[in-house]
Amino acid sequence: MTVAIIRFGGSNCDRDAERALEYLGIDAEIVWHEDEDGLPAETTGILLPGGFSYGDYLRAGAMAARSPIMDEVREAAADGVPVLGVCNGAQVGCESGLTEGAFTTNESARFQCEHVYLRVERDDTPWTAAYEAGEVIEVPIAHGEGRYEIDDDRLDELEEEGRVLFRYCDENGDVDDPSVNPNGSKHNVAGVLGDSETVAVLMPHPERATLPDVGGVDGQGILEGFAR
Amino acid sequence: MTAYTATVTVRLKHGVLDPEAETTQRALERLGFELADLRSADRFEIDLEADSTGEAEDRVDEMAERLLANPTIHDYDVDIAER
Repeated sequence: MTVAIIRFGGSNCDRDAERALEYLGIDAEIVWHEDEDGLPAETTGILLPGGFSYGDYLRAGAMAARSPIMDEVREAAADGVPVLGVCNGAQVGCESGLTEGAFTTNESARFQCEHVYLRVERDDTPWTAAYEAGEVIEVPIAHGEGRYEIDDDRLDELEEEGRVLFRYCDENGDVDDPSVNPNGSKHNVAGVLGDSETVAVLMPHPERATLPDVGGVDGQGILEGFAR
Repeated sequence: MTAYTATVTVRLKHGVLDPEAETTQRALERLGFELADLRSADRFEIDLEADSTGEAEDRVDEMAERLLANPTIHDYDVDIAER
């Protein structure tokens, strides 16, 4: 069992993700996106890490999403291989069509690096089985383009389908105060599911809330999704 | 084959928040300018050769659909001119 962490030029959370997964006892391997061999044969999960792939040229994630290895990632996702996109990986996920919507410029027009509270919307997915629906977890964000944007009607449909996985909230799980929404995301959306529950993206960084020494372990349960 | 220049203008769909444009507008107002609104857009100029305007337009349309614009948040226009 190996989780392939796809490294693009400009990825910078790939090693953090590898260390966090290994801390959890999950075998992981960094794979360069232009590696001739593509994904390792033993790939049982794929993590699209955070960073600034291709310098965020055009739109964050736009270039990496069109990298040839993403064809393999989409095929693997369709075959049921778990795929998790984190931060820039979430932007890549939306740009590549793995998940719907777009993560675009924060309402503040600024890069924001802070701890936030997330409300877990469902507990019946691999990424959230460690939590209870409605549970509040604390995980850091670090992004300039994390505002979730999508057509209002489509967002309603996604919500009805249970595809919203995490929402920004206060420490009690309340989402009503606009100040708890760090980037102006529609309906406070912080993470969504793709066509299946095994594909998910989120802007916050679970790998930065996994090692006990670096401030909080609330993100462990999300990464443990690769072992379920 | 004829040489064309295609101009692709990519802008946010009506109603999609544009924080960078708002910040730019505020900066202009701080400089003392009076303005009612400001919208930003990306413009790409693409030189290409094609058999006809229609063929050039089809090819550039596909470029916009597949990369230059994100249909979730953007509208785009394509303008083709002989070069």
